[in-house]
Amino acid sequence: MPTATDAPARARKHSTDVPRIRRRVHSVDRPRRSVSVTLLAGLVVLYTVVPLAWLVISATKTQTDLLGSPGIWFSGHFALWDNIRQTLTYDDGIFGRWLLNTLLYVVLGAGGATFLAVLGGYGLAKFGFRGKRTVFALVIGAVAVPTTALAVPTFLMFSKMGLTNTPWAVIIPSLVSPFGLYLMWVFASEAVPTELLEAARVDGAGELRTFFRISLPLLAPGIVTVLLFTVVATWNNYFLPLIMIKDPKWYPLTLGLNAWNDQAATAGGQPVFNLVITGSLLTILPLIMAFLLLQRYWQSGLAAGSVKE
Amino acid sequence: MTITSPPAASAGRGSPPRRRSSRGLVGWGFIGPFLAVFALVFLAPIGYSVYLSLFQDRLIGGNTFVGLDHYQQAFQDPEFWSGFGRVALFLAVQVPVMLGIALLAALALDSGRLYGKSFFRITVFLPYAVPAVVATLMWEFLYGSRFGLVGDINRAFGVSLPDPLSPGLVLASIGNIVTWEFVGYNMLIFYSALRVVPRSLYEAAEIDGAGQWRVITAVKLPAIRGALVIATVFSIIGSFQLFNEPAILKVPAPNAITTFYTPNYYTYTLSFSGRQQNYAATVAIVMGVITMVIAYAFQLRGMRKEA
Repeated sequence: MPTATDAPARARKHSTDVPRIRRRVHSVDRPRRSVSVTLLAGLVVLYTVVPLAWLVISATKTQTDLLGSPGIWFSGHFALWDNIRQTLTYDDGIFGRWLLNTLLYVVLGAGGATFLAVLGGYGLAKFGFRGKRTVFALVIGAVAVPTTALAVPTFLMFSKMGLTNTPWAVIIPSLVSPFGLYLMWVFASEAVPTELLEAARVDGAGELRTFFRISLPLLAPGIVTVLLFTVVATWNNYFLPLIMIKDPKWYPLTLGLNAWNDQAATAGGQPVFNLVITGSLLTILPLIMAFLLLQRYWQSGLAAGSVKE
Repeated sequence: MTITSPPAASAGRGSPPRRRSSRGLVGWGFIGPFLAVFALVFLAPIGYSVYLSLFQDRLIGGNTFVGLDHYQQAFQDPEFWSGFGRVALFLAVQVPVMLGIALLAALALDSGRLYGKSFFRITVFLPYAVPAVVATLMWEFLYGSRFGLVGDINRAFGVSLPDPLSPGLVLASIGNIVTWEFVGYNMLIFYSALRVVPRSLYEAAEIDGAGQWRVITAVKLPAIRGALVIATVFSIIGSFQLFNEPAILKVPAPNAITTFYTPNYYTYTLSFSGRQQNYAATVAIVMGVITMVIAYAFQLRGMRKEA
C-alpha cells in the first residue's frame, strides 16, 4: 500500500502521508493554509455578499411580503417570475426600452472608447513621433480632472449644438477613456515585440494591415480588460445621463430605476419597491456574468497594467 | 494583396529615411482619432468653463466681463466651504478605512494561506460591477427601518438602532456604501502588484530570519508603493467628486442632505436649479484645481520616497 501510493502522493504536494516533504513545501511559496486567516477573510466576503444576497432574496417577494417578512430570508410566496414579468411590462414595458438604451450607450460608447484607446495606446507604444510626450502628459493629466467638473460646460456646449436629450449627449463623452488609453499603452509596449513589427514592415505589410493582422491578436487580453472597464463605466453611468437626458424614453437603466424608486416619495405616486428591486437585479446580472465568464482575460490584463507604474 | 507586397517590400528596404518620417505620421494617425474626441469632450469644456467663470450673463445688460469676481465669491462662499469640509472629512476617514481593508485582503490573498482563494478574490470584487445607483438603492433599503436589515435587527432584538439616514450618521452611511463598492477593486490593484514581486526577495528575507510581519513591512509594502500611491490618488479624486450616493439618498433623507452637501452637488444645484451657470463653472474649476493640486502633491511625495 505505501509503495503503491508513493508516487501520486509526492505529486499532490499537500498530501498528508509525506510529512517529511511537507516542511519544505510549506515555505515562502506554499505556506500552510490558515483557518484563522480564512475566517477573517470570510468577514470581508460576508460584507460584500450580504447586500447582494438580500437583493436576490427580496426579488422573490411581492410588495406586501417585502414589508411584512424579515429581509434576510425568503417568505412563503415565491414571486420572482411574477416580479420579472411585472418589471418588464410595467408602464408599457418602459424597462425594456431603458435596457435597449443602455445597450445602445454601451455598444457605441464603450465599444468606441475601447477602439480609440486601443488605436491610441498602440500608436503611443510603438511609434516614435514628435509631440508624443506632450500627448501623454496631457492625457495623464486628464485622468485627474474630475469628470463632473466637465459636465456642466459640456452640457451647455451640447445644448447649444442641439445634442442634449439625444443619445449622442451620452455617447460622445463616453468615447474617451484616458485610463483605457494608459492601460493599452502599457499593455502594447509589453505584448507586441518591436522586432515582429519590423519583420512585417520588411515583408512590406502596410501599417494598418500589420496592426489588424499581427498586433490586434496579441493585444486581445488588454482589449478585453479595457472593454470590460469601459462597459462598466458606461453601463453604470448616472451623472452624465442625469444631466443630459430629460425624456424618460432615452433614460438608461440607472436613471429609470432611480425614477421608479423616487415614485414612492412623490405625492400620489404608487410605490413599486418590488419592481425597483427586481429591476436592480436584472440590471446587475449581465455585468456580473461578464466578469465571471471573462475572468481569465481581465485578470491577466489588469496584472499587466499594474506592472508599470 | 499578394500582388502589392513585393514592390512595397523593396521600397521599404531602399529608402529608410522617407520611411521613418512617414512612420511618425502613422503614429499620429493611430492616436489622432482619440485626440480629436479628447479635444471635444475634455479640452473644449475646460476652455469653455474658464470663459464662463470670467463672465456674467444677466437678464438685463447681457453677457458682461466680470474678471475674477466669481472666484472671489467662491472663496467667501460658506456653502461651498461646508461642502468642501464634508468631502475632506470623508476623504480623511473613508479612504484609509477602505484602502486598509483592501490591503489586508490583498495580503491575505497573496500569502497563500487562504482556503478558496479564487472564490474570495472574485466575490469581493463583484460589487465593482454593481452600478452606484443600484448599490445606493440596495443600501437605502437595508438601512431602512421598514423592511431593511436595520428593521430586522430592531425587531429581532427589541432594540432601536439610530437611523443611518439621520443627519448625524448619513455621511458615515455614504462612506459604507462607497467602501462596499470599491474595496474589491482596490484589493485587485494591490494583489496584481503583489504578484509581480520577485519571490526571491521573500526567500532572502526568510533566510535572514524575518517573520511574516517583517516580510510584509520590509519587503511587500515597499515593493507595491506605486500601486498604493495610484489607488490613493484615484480615491482622493473620487472623494472630491462625491455626487451619486448623496444625490440618490436626498429623496429618502431630505433633511440630512442639503443641496450643497458636496461641492459637486452644489455645482449641480447651481447650474440646474439655480440657473447660475457662470458661478457653477467657477465652483467646478476651483474644486477641479484643488483636486488636481492635492492628487499631484500626493503623487510627488509618494513617488519621491520610493526613489
